[in-house]
Amino acid sequence: MDATHGNSNLVSLCVGQRGVVTSLAAEGIGRRRMLDLGLVPGTIVESVRRSPAGDPTAYIIRGTVIALRSEESSKIFVNPL
Amino acid sequence: MGLTHQSSGKGALREDYLNYNVKGDYVIALAGNPNTGKSTVFNALTGLKQHTGNWPGKTVVQALGNYKHGQKQITLVDLPGTYSLLANSPEEQVARDFICFAEPDATVVVVDATCLERNLNLALQVLEITPKSIICLNLMDEARRKKIKIDVPALANKLGVPVIPTAARNGEGLTLLKDTINLVAAGAIELNPKRLVYDAKLEAAILELAGELDSLLPPQINRRWIALRLIDGDYTVVDGIRKFLEKKLVKEDFAS
Repeated sequence: MDATHGNSNLVSLCVGQRGVVTSLAAEGIGRRRMLDLGLVPGTIVESVRRSPAGDPTAYIIRGTVIALRSEESSKIFVNPL
Repeated sequence: MGLTHQSSGKGALREDYLNYNVKGDYVIALAGNPNTGKSTVFNALTGLKQHTGNWPGKTVVQALGNYKHGQKQITLVDLPGTYSLLANSPEEQVARDFICFAEPDATVVVVDATCLERNLNLALQVLEITPKSIICLNLMDEARRKKIKIDVPALANKLGVPVIPTAARNGEGLTLLKDTINLVAAGAIELNPKRLVYDAKLEAAILELAGELDSLLPPQINRRWIALRLIDGDYTVVDGIRKFLEKKLVKEDFAS
């Protein structure tokens, strides 16, 4: 857990669990991409499926299923619901 | 002479776009997220049967069509479908450079009425570049089926540009869309696009940088937006400016 962001990140959500985005630790283009996908503070994200290898994981973000690698999802901080 | 990056790369496509400006009375850009029925709108307006698959490059090449409405010959440019104009994929760069540098007479942003929240991100980004925009609220039939009600006048009021509800696959709303395109291109509608205001520190930086840019750029280029991109550390925009200016210089050389 990151002290400046607190909470837990998206990777730690179990399948079926939902969380509210609190902050993003990414910068530059990666951050922009996340924002464009609708990952802004307050967005509810649900973890729906994990690939057999454990990575990537599919999430429902604002009505669309989007797969994220742990490389990205570890930078997305959430409050689990 | 062999193939060079300039003659065969993405830049070559952009050059074609810029050259197309000479044809017709108005050049209209069509932007939108993927799967909003953008190509359906394009086909409905132009009567063409453009293939509706989208992958980088393909849509770009076959993206031009013409139609006539109200005594005006209109060239419609179907830009690649993107969620954003800022994240630097090749398609996004093509779409962005066209809207910013090719000076279309109007830009139509096709948005999915069933998924407005996701689509308005791109709409706001376009409004930030050019005020001459029209929102085409497509898939209204689908929205009605899903019992989604949209307060169109309120949306138009908030965005400060015309919002036209359509269902392109049934032809619904297309006449009004064509009328509105002509009015916006002719400058006959007063537009007051929603301006995003950033925090004071950023606004001060934008103001300073935009001032510096003022003498460097032709008058029609949006300085505020260029300044924002530079602050963002997006150097691809510099590339876009350079290509645009070279083009201008070549044109002027021929003219004199």
